[in-house]
Amino acid sequence: MDELYDVMIIGGGVVGSAIARELSRYELKIGVLEKNLDVCFETSGRNSGVIHGGFAYDPGTYKARFCVEGNLEFDQVAAELGVPFKRTGKVLVGNTPADMESLKRTLESGQINGSCGLEIIDDAQLHNLVPSVIGKFALWSPNSGIVDPFLYTIALAENAACNGVTYLFDHEVTGISRARDRYTIITSKGDYRTRWVVNSAGLGCGKISEMLGLRGYKIVGSKGDYIILDKNVGPLLPMPVYPVPSNTYMGIHVTPTVDGNVIVGPNAEYINEDAFSYYGVSQKEIRSLAESANTLWPCIHKKDYIRNYCGILPKWVDENGKIQDYKIEARSEAPNSVNLVGIESPALTSALPIARYVVSLFAEKESFIRNTTFNPVRKPIIRFAEQNDENKEQLIKENPDYGEIICRCEKVTKAEMLQAIHNPLNVDTVTSIKYRTRAMMGRCQGGYCQTRLAEMIEQEKSKAVEDIVYARNGSKLFVGKVRR
Amino acid sequence: MSTIRKDVIIVGGGPAGLAAAIEMHRKGLRNILIIEREKNLGGILRQCIHDGFGLARFGQPLSGPEYAQRFIDEVIELGIPYDVGTTVLSITPEKEVTAVSSDGLVTYQAGAVVLTMGCRERTRGALAIPGERPAGVFTAGVVQSYINLHNTMVGKEVIILGSGDIGMIMARRMTLEGAHVNAVFEIMPYPSGLPRNIQQCLNDYDIPLYLSHTVTEIHGSSRLTGVTVSAVDENLQIIPGTEKYYPCDTLILSVGLIPENELSLSAGIEMDNRTKGAVVDEYYQTSVPGIFAAGNVLQVHDLVDNVSLEAESLADNVAVYIRDGSLPVCDVQIITDGNVSHTIPQRISGQKEFTLSMRVRCPFKNCTILIKQNNIALKRVKLQKALPAEMIRISIPKDNLKPEAAVEVSVE
Ligand SMILES: Cc1cc2nc3c(=O)[nH]c(=O)nc-3n(C[C@H](O)[C@H](O)[C@H](O)COP(=O)(O)OP(=O)(O)OC[C@H]3O[C@@H](n4cnc5c(N)ncnc54)[C@H](O)[C@@H]3O)c2cc1C
Ligand SMILES: Cc1cc2nc3c(=O)[nH]c(=O)nc-3n(C[C@H](O)[C@H](O)[C@H](O)COP(=O)(O)OP(=O)(O)OC[C@H]3O[C@@H](n4cnc5c(N)ncnc54)[C@H](O)[C@@H]3O)c2cc1C
Repeated sequence: MDELYDVMIIGGGVVGSAIARELSRYELKIGVLEKNLDVCFETSGRNSGVIHGGFAYDPGTYKARFCVEGNLEFDQVAAELGVPFKRTGKVLVGNTPADMESLKRTLESGQINGSCGLEIIDDAQLHNLVPSVIGKFALWSPNSGIVDPFLYTIALAENAACNGVTYLFDHEVTGISRARDRYTIITSKGDYRTRWVVNSAGLGCGKISEMLGLRGYKIVGSKGDYIILDKNVGPLLPMPVYPVPSNTYMGIHVTPTVDGNVIVGPNAEYINEDAFSYYGVSQKEIRSLAESANTLWPCIHKKDYIRNYCGILPKWVDENGKIQDYKIEARSEAPNSVNLVGIESPALTSALPIARYVVSLFAEKESFIRNTTFNPVRKPIIRFAEQNDENKEQLIKENPDYGEIICRCEKVTKAEMLQAIHNPLNVDTVTSIKYRTRAMMGRCQGGYCQTRLAEMIEQEKSKAVEDIVYARNGSKLFVGKVRR
Repeated sequence: MSTIRKDVIIVGGGPAGLAAAIEMHRKGLRNILIIEREKNLGGILRQCIHDGFGLARFGQPLSGPEYAQRFIDEVIELGIPYDVGTTVLSITPEKEVTAVSSDGLVTYQAGAVVLTMGCRERTRGALAIPGERPAGVFTAGVVQSYINLHNTMVGKEVIILGSGDIGMIMARRMTLEGAHVNAVFEIMPYPSGLPRNIQQCLNDYDIPLYLSHTVTEIHGSSRLTGVTVSAVDENLQIIPGTEKYYPCDTLILSVGLIPENELSLSAGIEMDNRTKGAVVDEYYQTSVPGIFAAGNVLQVHDLVDNVSLEAESLADNVAVYIRDGSLPVCDVQIITDGNVSHTIPQRISGQKEFTLSMRVRCPFKNCTILIKQNNIALKRVKLQKALPAEMIRISIPKDNLKPEAAVEVSVE
């Protein structure tokens, strides 16, 4: 309690972690309060993983500006942070004259936003790019790409941690008070004092705003469900395929993942704040997703389903229910705070530009000293399965654990698992290891490796089996030993 | 990376791989190698500590590990080479086999490859069961492994979905370890596991089995808190209004096994959509000459005794293949009516007797299995009952068999 933080960031998703990382370029004592046991258990781990081109947003908005900025710099960011990223390009597919009008409008706003290389393409060009698609023409965005959203969020957080940021997991913020120019942040695990506070709590942005005394934000959730398909079908989809967008919603699309699976979704169902922690997917939704997406890309068959999931976007709406732009503010009612509200899509793409903007708001009030030891580079865990034979041999020679396959579907080795278990954030849920290695993410969904994974966590972290957690707080996997 | 020549590479050291290796050794093959990714030989049997294995072969009920040990002992006694802790990464149509272990990568040029990789379990995702994703949802084989190999208990209040054998065996095992198993739910109107398991694992422990029921929602944001179960009609559609909530902390899925054929696909082998395994001929040879398959990777077996038999006949043919460089052409198709779910083999030479393995698609009473060619019966087998859970093996004599028209299998 007694340590005084310079900045306390509430929420360690992709946005909070990007802010933490950008602030760690300066000599500051920074903490991140995160209620979950890892950084990508909410929206940052529950999306399409698309690095958007920036054409679908109204010109002049933060969404448009930060998205284009984030997109253009992403090759360099991905290389620096060791994150799988592919600039695949993307098509928005249409059939009718009305679709064409709509795509032309999108193209125009995209050009104003600064989104590069946009072009309307005809039937032949479209089918040349994606032979399996159904459609007559498309808007082609060569700059769109796909990223591993888990690893991107993890990479930002790990890089922040390696540059001195303290992550405090399982810390839910329940109240904030201010006295004598200091904030006291009340959490489920004790109180913290800080000079500055940042609200990057994602779905919790409304509540934290209230705690800061910034009242009146109305937040609704837009819940989207997805089906994940087997890698079998991956080769049929070289890039994301979207329908013609409406003003507020991108439509059900199909997206390849960087690892070669395909995700189908999302729909968009409006929900209230009390349902923000429900991540269930219904049978009806699964069926309608497949039906809808099959009209765009007729390759979705039940035999290829390996999993489903959903994500929830926090949307800030006005009194008429109209969706607003991002709100990023430093208000005098809450001095020394930066408040982020309605940070919805495309915040995966925009996280670093948003973070730099947040830093600029600080810089208006205070001048920071540069952290001369800041290192922007994060070394990824080298993946055995992605190496050529020569490198594979070299890896095993240097570390024989690279020769022991633990996950049969994704060919993850013991060496990778051990590096993931001893990660810089010191998190050790089963899902944390899964996101860092892809173990359990293949078609058998852990049928082969999860017993080994659990045993490795038990041994490496000297844990009792009762304390091994699947993902969320309290999601214990086991009740104990069968016999002592 | 150097290439090592082997007459035969056997991929997988479960009961199928072990029996094949021993039989090949008997036939004089010496330059063979079993490759197993686990630290021990024995395959899935290592975690099946219940008894009931080997009744047919050894005339006594053995546990899974005991059954496997008899073969492992023989492999060791005969000095058949095996590498454990070694995973086969790829097989090419030219029979180049690449394997990895902590010693490094090795490539073998094999004269023949025997696929005995076993199977994996179907998962929640494959069924697309709706609801949240809490901890506490496991497949039956994973629970079996946690309890029997890792000494770890997964829960206390249990619901089982699917009446597969492993699920029923785990119902008994969980009960014996102090858990409370509420019920087993099966979507089909008949059980998918063996009658003896229904008796010995459910009835004997008063665990109810509900047919035509399925789990329609999973509840709980952290650990499982309960499931909603609904009745289904004859088209397997949920009957509205029949939903019932069962509190539980563990859901065990026993909803089917799928042959593990990633390697077979990499070798370009033709697959059968019904078995999800390779298409083979009466020599257990796949569509790629010199690559053979037996055991659960070929078709999911309910009795290990049959796995051993299948692997031994395979081995005899591999020995001939290595000696002669080829096997007779098999272009007589075996076709089935709607009552037969699949057959092994799928094609034959028509020049010699062979063993047909098959399953019926749904239960029959007092039925006849008819095997005919050119409208001439090759064999008729009368059965008091035929269940999808029980594999049927029929030997077909040479008598009237011809290397010509398709052989038809039907159930009447
Ligand atoms: C269906 C869907 C598809 C999407 N697709 C894309 C896409 O393709 N491309 C793209 O760019 N963007 C996409 N997005 C948007 C993007 O995923 C999000 O905008 C982004 O992840 C938001 O990051 P965040 O850090 O603000 O939120 P989060 O990841 O939700 O992080 C907020 C964190 O705050 C924590 N928190 C909340 N309350 C408290 C509290 N009281 N105390 C402590 N911690 C708290 C939460 O646990 C959480 O970890 C999509 C979103 C959805 C839902
Ligand atoms: C859980 C369970 C319970 C059963 N209970 C009974 C019973 O009560 N009574 C009965 O008679 N039968 C039972 N059976 C059936 C019988 O045991 C199986 O049919 C038999 O074990 C199948 O043998 P197999 O050799 O084909 O496969 P497996 O035993 O699965 O062996 C396959 C082996 O191949 C290895 N392998 C796979 N891929 C690779 C690779 N790429 N590189 C190296 N190695 C690899 C695996 O690690 C494994 O060891 C049960 C089956 C299961 C799954």
